[in-house]
Amino acid sequence: MVCTDNIDFTIPLQPAADRRMIKFVLMVNRQGQTRLSRYYHSVELSRRAALEADVVRYCLSRKKDQCSFVEYKDFKVVYRQYAALYIVVGITDSENELSIYELVHNFVEVLDKYFSRVIMFNLDRVHIILDEMIQNGHIVETNKSRILAPLTAIDKMVES
Amino acid sequence: MPAVSKGDGMRGLAVFISDIRNCKSKEAEIKRINKELANIRSKFKGDKALDGYSKKKYVCKLLFIFLLGHDIDFGHMEAVNLLSSNKYTEKQIGYLFISVLVNSNSELIRLINNAIKNDLSSRNPTFMCLALHCIANVGSREMAEAFASEIPRILVAGDTMDSVKQSAALCLLRLYKTSPDLVLMGEWTSRVVHLLNDQHMGVVTAAISLITCLSQKNPDEFKTCVSLAVSRLSRIVSSASTDLQDYTYYFVPAPWLSCKLLRLLQCYPPPEDGAVKGRLVECLETILNKAQEPPKSKKVQHSNAKNAILFEAISLIIHYDSEPNLLVRACNQLGQFLQHRETNLRYLALESMCTLASSEFSHEAVKTHIETVINALKTERDVSVRQRAADLLYAMCDRSNAKQIVAEMLSYLETADYSIREEMVLKVAILAEKYAVDYSWYVDTILNLIRIAGDYVSEEVWYRVIQIVINRDDVQGYAAKTVFEALQAPACHENMVKVGGYILGEFGNLIAGDPRSSPLVQFNLLHSKFHLCSVPTRALLLSAYIKFINLFPETKATIQEVLRCDSQIRNSDVELQQRAVEYLKLSSIASTDVLATVLEEMPPFPERESSILAKLKKKKGPGAVSVTELDDGKREAGELNGGGDRGPDTAAMAASNASTPSPSADLLGIRSAAPVGAAQTNAGSLLVDVFSDSGPAAPSAAVNDDGFLSSAPPSEDPAPPLSEADELLNKFVCKNNGVLFENQLLQIGIKSEYRQNLGRMYLFYGNKTSVQFASFTTTVSCPGELHKPVEPLVEGGAQIQQVLNIECITDFSDAPLLNIKFSRYGGALQNLTLKLPVTINKFFQPTEMSSSDFFQRWKQLSQPQQEAQKIFKANHSMDTEVLKAKLLGLGTALLDNIDPNPENYVCAGVIQTKSQQIGCLLRLEPNAQAQMYRLTLRCSKDTVSKRLCELLAQQF
Repeated sequence: MVCTDNIDFTIPLQPAADRRMIKFVLMVNRQGQTRLSRYYHSVELSRRAALEADVVRYCLSRKKDQCSFVEYKDFKVVYRQYAALYIVVGITDSENELSIYELVHNFVEVLDKYFSRVIMFNLDRVHIILDEMIQNGHIVETNKSRILAPLTAIDKMVES
Repeated sequence: MPAVSKGDGMRGLAVFISDIRNCKSKEAEIKRINKELANIRSKFKGDKALDGYSKKKYVCKLLFIFLLGHDIDFGHMEAVNLLSSNKYTEKQIGYLFISVLVNSNSELIRLINNAIKNDLSSRNPTFMCLALHCIANVGSREMAEAFASEIPRILVAGDTMDSVKQSAALCLLRLYKTSPDLVLMGEWTSRVVHLLNDQHMGVVTAAISLITCLSQKNPDEFKTCVSLAVSRLSRIVSSASTDLQDYTYYFVPAPWLSCKLLRLLQCYPPPEDGAVKGRLVECLETILNKAQEPPKSKKVQHSNAKNAILFEAISLIIHYDSEPNLLVRACNQLGQFLQHRETNLRYLALESMCTLASSEFSHEAVKTHIETVINALKTERDVSVRQRAADLLYAMCDRSNAKQIVAEMLSYLETADYSIREEMVLKVAILAEKYAVDYSWYVDTILNLIRIAGDYVSEEVWYRVIQIVINRDDVQGYAAKTVFEALQAPACHENMVKVGGYILGEFGNLIAGDPRSSPLVQFNLLHSKFHLCSVPTRALLLSAYIKFINLFPETKATIQEVLRCDSQIRNSDVELQQRAVEYLKLSSIASTDVLATVLEEMPPFPERESSILAKLKKKKGPGAVSVTELDDGKREAGELNGGGDRGPDTAAMAASNASTPSPSADLLGIRSAAPVGAAQTNAGSLLVDVFSDSGPAAPSAAVNDDGFLSSAPPSEDPAPPLSEADELLNKFVCKNNGVLFENQLLQIGIKSEYRQNLGRMYLFYGNKTSVQFASFTTTVSCPGELHKPVEPLVEGGAQIQQVLNIECITDFSDAPLLNIKFSRYGGALQNLTLKLPVTINKFFQPTEMSSSDFFQRWKQLSQPQQEAQKIFKANHSMDTEVLKAKLLGLGTALLDNIDPNPENYVCAGVIQTKSQQIGCLLRLEPNAQAQMYRLTLRCSKDTVSKRLCELLAQQF
């Protein structure tokens, strides 16, 4: 007879679904290539590419007059297009779609304010900006100058 | 703001990125990346004294390559080194790499923790933030153990900078989610709640996420947050947009913070305190009023931000469901949005109205919009909006409008998108049943459903119509007449034939008086469909025929002739053949009385919840389970021992008794050769006990619609293991969690943990399709035994879990086999056998020892058969960190300063089996120039040396 009851297994079972959060942020070009991705829930590396390809294909195929919120499997996707750049955000079902939609715009405005050129060359900085705005799938800061504060500090150090 | 130049001085990086951007094809990109990877690898390996800048540059390149979607398997150590840099940008890249690429199981956690500890105590706010971000992103158990007590202190300390507080709040939230047992809020609770009053809005924004999560788990302890949230919200809502200059977005004061506050309030019932409640109602009214005011800006951002708050406020109003006035106002507001030119708003209004429809206060108000919603269903150009419209129609349906709504949904079905047809069919079927005033309408509706969307009508739907017809004698004649007419169509759906066969078989007599539907006409009509149908339908028709013989003796000769023909009584399908033979005999031998008794009308079905409703609930229930996350309910289900064959257990025990367990605590080298008897019992020496998480559920019958296409029935024997089963197994030698198998239909994930000679494995079976898997069974054999039960049905997109408890009785070579069988609705039986990744090394206990001990034991294990050696070519990266990680993953202790050559690795461990402990020593000698390894194992048992050697040779 096998008895394992006296053993305290500590496998951390996955936390119960967080009811409201951002699951990932992607920046994708029109060719469908991911230029930046940030995940706030664990997705196996091997599955990310497939997930991104799938989600992005879906968003790219949509027309301008279609709605910006898409149900995808067990979550929702909010996306916004800026010229050749798509920003795609995965959210849980109960997250507020419009607030995320505008969060994307706020993010883009911060990027606009900071970068004068192609942001591809400064992906690390884009990450810093994103990390200032979203941590762990939750919005932490929305004020543009405060989002840029760490970068401003770095730039001052470099100049001096 | 300085204009940022290309690559911030990292010229190499800028050039590389330019190259990638200029690549014309995917192949060119891959080629360029491989070149770069080789370059970086040689840089990391070659020059020991890489400066911080170069390390940063290369790590940054790796990160970029990773973000392009390529796997990165080295550079982790360099990233960890960057953490201790004093330069912000270097440190930042290091942390970024780690939070993007290191998962919580990494072996590097200890090193990372050290760096974090230093940064947290540095009192430099930017460093502290980086460290906190990193904990929040990785969030492993070890990190929780190291920092869970420290973070709350940082969060509430008076002298902590605002930005650090923000990071600390989110960091604590993550630790609370991963290791709630380690985060003890007790004394901090009130101070954390008071962060809602913090003068800094950013801190409030961050703190709310934490407070929301904590109050969902401990609502009572945190309930003071309600009044604080209300007063904070009230201050924001009533302020002029200029008051909150910094947090105003297109003239809307603090939209994101407002949404979060409104969300927090949704964790609680309406405030009991009258003053607080009054203030809140005032806020909600103000928000509703603002929606009617002329916009302060023409920009879409302004109205979006305003509406984000409005929708959140409406959610709260619906959540409270106690203020009729607010509910009706909300409904009117949404009604306006239904006709808005912004598709996004129409979508959200339909979605939000769906929940309003279920409130008794607003149900009638929602119903007034029926025409608009029907129009949306017909004219919206976006399928997701149409889907919402269909949902809303379903939600607003009641007795008064059921006929209209069902008719609209039916006509929409004719052109509906394939993706939503199945759900639409279920909804129509449910509404038709729920609001049927007369059952002839119900029968018409369901037959229409089958006619329009037969492929999407699941078994539940047509079973249900039969149940209802059988139970209500007032509708039986009408049903027989209607189905008879429907069968006249030259091409009718097989589901129609099923319903027709069943109903005419039971109630054909009710319409037999009319010469146009005389018994023979009925029979000929049914039989004209027979040859186009699948086996289960044909079986059903044969039963209908024998019922005809009973109902109408004049058809006996014709039907007997049909039954007698070769294609029936010699049919290769056993079920069909048996029915034909038995029915033929029964009709020839049995007296009329016996026949009438045997073939009596079916008894009524018990009245219970509609099986279709259950199906829809499963499909779209409020607790819909995500693919990646487990359902608590399922997890909690008792671990019932599935019972079953215990034979092999005894065999394994017997085998283990043959060996001599040693009570000695001295682990290595003492016991030399193992008893000969045990060596031959490799197979079957591992006992796998299967626990079901669902209890013994009776598997539903599999319907194999492909049956008539192939003459041979699908094999019920477990398939032989997949050709790649060994390869899959090898992936798990050095790790315990991951995806074991994946194809287009099914994904199998594994989490496992081992302690001494025991293990527990969680298997997650995910259905990747949108259709149900039926008769889902899994059998574990090791090899040659055990058994089943999991939930027999796996819904489309859902995941079920199974737990295996494992005990290692004695050492073994062959992995247990896992056989999985299921049938997809309308598809062939799937039969798949994999090797469960249970290998002997899982039962390793690491053993630390000194150099002298090691060599003494090495010498003791000097008999030739105790050693196994292999020299082989490197198949994977020879990077030091990767190798170390693998050796640790193996389960042994990695011993430093033992081998005179620092390039070599030595490890020691003890394999714990029930019968004995087997000491193992390992030495791995890499040769980077030749890209070769020599692997040597010495174990106290020869079979173990051999097996470990085979396993490990595949890993490096």
